[in-house]
Amino acid sequence: MAKIKLSESKINKIKEICASFGNKPGEAINVLHKVQGEFGYLPAEVQEVIAKQINVSVAQIYGIVTFYSFFTMTPKGDHPISVCMGTACYVRGAEKVLDEFKRELKIGIGETTPDGKFSLNCLRCVGACGLAPVVLIGEKVYGRLTPDGVKDIIKEYN
Amino acid sequence: METVQITIDNKVLSVEKGQTILKAARKAGIYIPTLCYYELNGVGFENRPGGCRVCVVEVEGRKNLAPACATEVMEGMVVHTHSLRVVNARRTVVELILSDHPADCLICPKNGKCELQALAQKLGIRDIPYQGAKSTYRKDLSPAIIRDVDKCVMCRRCESVCNVWQTVGALSAINRGFDAVVAPAFEQDLVESPCTMCGQCVQACPVGALSEVDQTRQVITAINDTKKTVIVQTAPAVRVALGEEFGMEPGSIVTGQMVAALRRIGFDYVFDTDFAADLTIMEEGTELLGRISKFMNGDKNVKLPILTSCCPGWVNFFETNYPDMLDVPSTAKSPQQMFGAVAKNYFANKLGIKREDMVVVSIMPCVAKKFECQRDEFKEEGNPDVDYALTTRELAELMKIFNIKLNNLPEEDFDNPLGESTGAAVIFGSTGGVIEAATRTAYELFTGKSLPKVDFTELRGLDGIRSAEVDFDGTPIKIGIAHGLANARKLLDSVKRGEENFHAIEIMACPGGCIGGAGQPFHHGDFEIIKRRHEAIYREDEGKPIRKSHENPYIKKLYSEWLGEPCGEISHHLLHTHYFDKSKQIEIEG
Repeated sequence: MAKIKLSESKINKIKEICASFGNKPGEAINVLHKVQGEFGYLPAEVQEVIAKQINVSVAQIYGIVTFYSFFTMTPKGDHPISVCMGTACYVRGAEKVLDEFKRELKIGIGETTPDGKFSLNCLRCVGACGLAPVVLIGEKVYGRLTPDGVKDIIKEYN
Repeated sequence: METVQITIDNKVLSVEKGQTILKAARKAGIYIPTLCYYELNGVGFENRPGGCRVCVVEVEGRKNLAPACATEVMEGMVVHTHSLRVVNARRTVVELILSDHPADCLICPKNGKCELQALAQKLGIRDIPYQGAKSTYRKDLSPAIIRDVDKCVMCRRCESVCNVWQTVGALSAINRGFDAVVAPAFEQDLVESPCTMCGQCVQACPVGALSEVDQTRQVITAINDTKKTVIVQTAPAVRVALGEEFGMEPGSIVTGQMVAALRRIGFDYVFDTDFAADLTIMEEGTELLGRISKFMNGDKNVKLPILTSCCPGWVNFFETNYPDMLDVPSTAKSPQQMFGAVAKNYFANKLGIKREDMVVVSIMPCVAKKFECQRDEFKEEGNPDVDYALTTRELAELMKIFNIKLNNLPEEDFDNPLGESTGAAVIFGSTGGVIEAATRTAYELFTGKSLPKVDFTELRGLDGIRSAEVDFDGTPIKIGIAHGLANARKLLDSVKRGEENFHAIEIMACPGGCIGGAGQPFHHGDFEIIKRRHEAIYREDEGKPIRKSHENPYIKKLYSEWLGEPCGEISHHLLHTHYFDKSKQIEIEG
């Protein structure tokens, strides 16, 4: 017998969310959405519990989690960084800005710094193309960024 | 039946309303190539994600080409299955699939049996104009099944059989786009997943992405080792399918030729798993009667219904999914393992050799048998009772290596003492067969009377779930039968909820039972082939002079010389087993 360990409060929360969707297999995406909203990410143990509750194989739950870029299995940092890679930002050097974040924080896309402070992600267009290239940290928007400015921005959060 | 009139390739057809263009065309004998489409029409299973687009056809008045597998027929529809536009599109689709497929056909386990290879040949593809990156992935080696998903074409047939037909849920499509692949959860190895090793994914895979572990080399080495006595046993379902690998009609019975072939390959003794099937009936039948008598005498703790335990895929399934029921199935080992135990104890002793100097090879219609024979409880100080389990397909390969042509061989008989068997043993190969064989023996032992009629036709058939009541001379015995693990789950859950009651239930993991096993020649979803094998099994039974396990003279001798009585002391140690909890349980941390 293999054991999956999870805190009681987490198990109950997951069960509650699954039940709110009638424990229906067809609600898998909605359940995952809500559970991620609750915990910030979807680790393997959490997926196991969801699978059991809504009677979908854990392989297929994992299939959904890996299919949609919205879902993540790694916890996000306290300050999630999102670099816009939409067309306007891209042509104005977003990639160089992204590379600078990677170098400064020593993490890749979709990763979190070991101290849990920052996580790095890309997104497509935040609708502020006039400010390209744009970076979001949490809810805050930084516009017309250059690679040189990256260090100072990170300092704001240290 | 409501019909509509359609035209396919200038042929006016009256076809059933609501069906697909593909099915209507097939019924009319019009060929439309497919790749991701897979069905087992005899048991109502269908995979049609409409994803590969190989089956596209042109429908007049429709802008885009339509996938025939997923488009319903409509009144007045005019379909062209091979117009220039269709042929070009189809070719492009296959060229694109091939552009991300390893071109190692010459050394692929599926070489010559691959549906993609056949498709490329059929479409006359001579060039792959699209060159670029190829997806790569690590190989996953389990004791029975190899996943080499570089070859995966994302048809998702395996995912479908694993989740829908078997409700095992080991496989799913993961990731997206170029990185998409079929894998267990969290990209674990199959052995860590809930996989039962039933191998229906291998049977369903159109390419070489899923295949069985090939052990023909180890067997050839053993045969050529003069210090080893190499014994072979053949499962009942093999003899009605092996012929297909040599171009014979499905349903050809090749028992005698198969024995001759095994002798020419060089096995020292050619024995029959059927012998062990008769032995299984003696043990399991006695166990069943024991439980029924206890129940009738008012014992409330007795576990009924008894569940059969011959099928290793099913054993793996209940160990994972029904950990609370581990004391319900029969403790009788499967015929393969009973044979191994008898060979390495009784027969080795008779020959005066050590068990280490004996190699037991089994020829099985099954992939899970490879896993079964490697289970620790079937080993003695590391030496397994059965050393290698080869599939029917591997036997055919072995014969080709030895340049043995089945068709030209004379019919020969099995060796004795472990080669004699009854008709009851043969029908183990088909769904309902084990329970019919058990019924033939249990009836006579229970009533003390001779059976008026050996054939229990009420237990036969290919419906996924069946039940019947057999009259044991005034005592009604209720029997349930399921094949396919989704059906098994359905039946078992209804018993658990108290909706149905049975004395005994037979379960087989594969469609049709062992005849539709994953180790059998590929049927590519043609259920007619399984039906032919099914009929052949019962023909073979009818032709046997003895048709009840307890009348097998060599079984009688085995008990008088060695075992004593069924479910006795020696049987308990050598012919029975126990089960393990392989479930995953969620536990509160801390």
